[in-house]
Amino acid sequence: MSPELILPVLIPLTAGALSLSLWRSVRYQRILAVLANILLLWSGIWLLMSTTEHGFVTMQMGSWPAPFSIVFVADVLAAIMIVLTGIIGLAIAIYSLASTPRGHEKFGYYPLMHLLLAGVAGSFLTGDIFNLFVWFEVMLLASFALLTLGGERAQMEGAIKYVTLNLFSSAIFLSAVGLLYGMVGTLNMADIAQKVSQVEDPGMITVVAMMFMVSFGIKAAAFPLFFWLPASYHTPQVAVSALFAGLLTKVGVYALFRMFTLIFTQDVDYTHNILLWAATLTMLTGVLGAAAQFEFRRILSFHIVSQIGYMMLGLALYTPLAIIGGVFYIMHHIIVKTNLFLVSGFTYRLLGSYELKNLGGVYKYRPLLAVLFLIPALSLAGIPPLSGFFAKFVIIRAALEAEAYLVTFVALLVGLLTLYSMIKIWAEVFWKKIPDHVHNTEELKGKLNEKHAWAYYVPMVSLAICTLIIGLYGQPIYELAEMSAKQLMNPQLYIEAVLGGNQP
Amino acid sequence: MESLMAYVVGIMFTAAFYMMLRRSIVKLVIGLMILSNAANLLIFVVSGMTRGAPPLIPEGASGPAGIVADPLPQALILTAIVIAFGVLAFAVVLIRRAYEVVGTDDLDQMKDTDT
Repeated sequence: MSPELILPVLIPLTAGALSLSLWRSVRYQRILAVLANILLLWSGIWLLMSTTEHGFVTMQMGSWPAPFSIVFVADVLAAIMIVLTGIIGLAIAIYSLASTPRGHEKFGYYPLMHLLLAGVAGSFLTGDIFNLFVWFEVMLLASFALLTLGGERAQMEGAIKYVTLNLFSSAIFLSAVGLLYGMVGTLNMADIAQKVSQVEDPGMITVVAMMFMVSFGIKAAAFPLFFWLPASYHTPQVAVSALFAGLLTKVGVYALFRMFTLIFTQDVDYTHNILLWAATLTMLTGVLGAAAQFEFRRILSFHIVSQIGYMMLGLALYTPLAIIGGVFYIMHHIIVKTNLFLVSGFTYRLLGSYELKNLGGVYKYRPLLAVLFLIPALSLAGIPPLSGFFAKFVIIRAALEAEAYLVTFVALLVGLLTLYSMIKIWAEVFWKKIPDHVHNTEELKGKLNEKHAWAYYVPMVSLAICTLIIGLYGQPIYELAEMSAKQLMNPQLYIEAVLGGNQP
Repeated sequence: MESLMAYVVGIMFTAAFYMMLRRSIVKLVIGLMILSNAANLLIFVVSGMTRGAPPLIPEGASGPAGIVADPLPQALILTAIVIAFGVLAFAVVLIRRAYEVVGTDDLDQMKDTDT
């Protein structure tokens, strides 16, 4: 019995139900949101400790033996993702105390947030492919509602694109699950992994693999399927943007990592080569898109796309070092990207705009905020000694070892262009004078008229500290990534952990 | 029978894509509806359309006697239908709100968030 495996799902679900029953009291919902996310983080750390100790933690629902029941499986990668979910959940919950408009809080903001986190945690932990679909839908439905909360015109337009493409991706996912079930007759991921090699027609497996790749590629916002992301991520209020930016696309990346290391490894030359090209073009198009933008959150949204490319690159190269790099990159990216969105939200609070031309002078009046921007921004661009440098370093080294020189060149170029975008934001928002047409600058120059100003700073400062820790004290983090890569590269370990003695 | 159903699934997917490529958001949602139904039917067809008894194990026996139908695809489809229902309910409300806010049902007019 290992309760730590189910707690990351149970805690947000319970918290969501409780906050629904506290519908009328926003105050209690807020307290509950912070408490539940502290618990979530704690359960994630517990899970990480037990996976590093035992390797795998599994649980079979209803005590049915493995291939028949729905299983929950945690390996080190899943546990890392749960910890990150906890960190981001907590940061967003605290940030929401100050940033979320009262109207949103009254209309179920906190229950939806808990539900979203439950969906995310469930997708990381499940070991059953249909169950993965169900968790995806839980997560999606909560994200639809969060995205449209407020109901402004841009939100509606963004939501239509977001909803359509995500539903489309779910339909492909469902069809692929059906086809796979038709061939192997099981839904348990470990069981599928050992049965795909016995399928008579390996070509069909590759077809299904491509369907999964398209489906998860849409969710992860990979080239050429990413257009929904920059069209929608800048529309909701900022805490929601930050939550989505940190976690949602990474669920797609995680699913890709899971599927293409565990199940679809029978034709690596073909599938992973396509992934490699998709990753390269994702990096390039994302960063070029960002270079053309002049709105704070849109620039950051396009950078999500380009960063997804690096993670997929780690998977596509498919060497132990590259997988380590990919996992390390996910850890670094989730924290850094969320933090950048939080900073953009605070500048919006100060000056009332996300357009770079309406912003300015922040460095002069709020130097601390400027530093808080600079840490994640330089980390994103990969400046040593911050976390992004090591993440990029490992991946680029893996690419060189695999003799993929063109890809290495693109990865380096994208790093440079990322720096260009970050400098653009720095120069426009922080460095230049306040533009003449901006008048509401009292809050920037004087005291912030806000009861909960600390709630803005606490998450930004803590996430910045996390970035610094990953960068300066990277060895233990790297070792975690190494452990998870070892498990990912040996699917046999996963199969044995799930099926145990039931192997034929 | 199976090949006939395969054609039906194919036609449904085609129809769904056609509807989704139209400009009107109402047709887009109809397309999504057909798409999810097509996926459900696909699960039903690929897992084998055997004519079998209900998968019940008689008392005292360790397995079912004779050919039985596979209950799992039906469970999957049922789950997927429920999820699709919820999602579509949301999508219908969304297009209504979007129509009210934007004032058009033409997707080509909804370019505010693109650049």
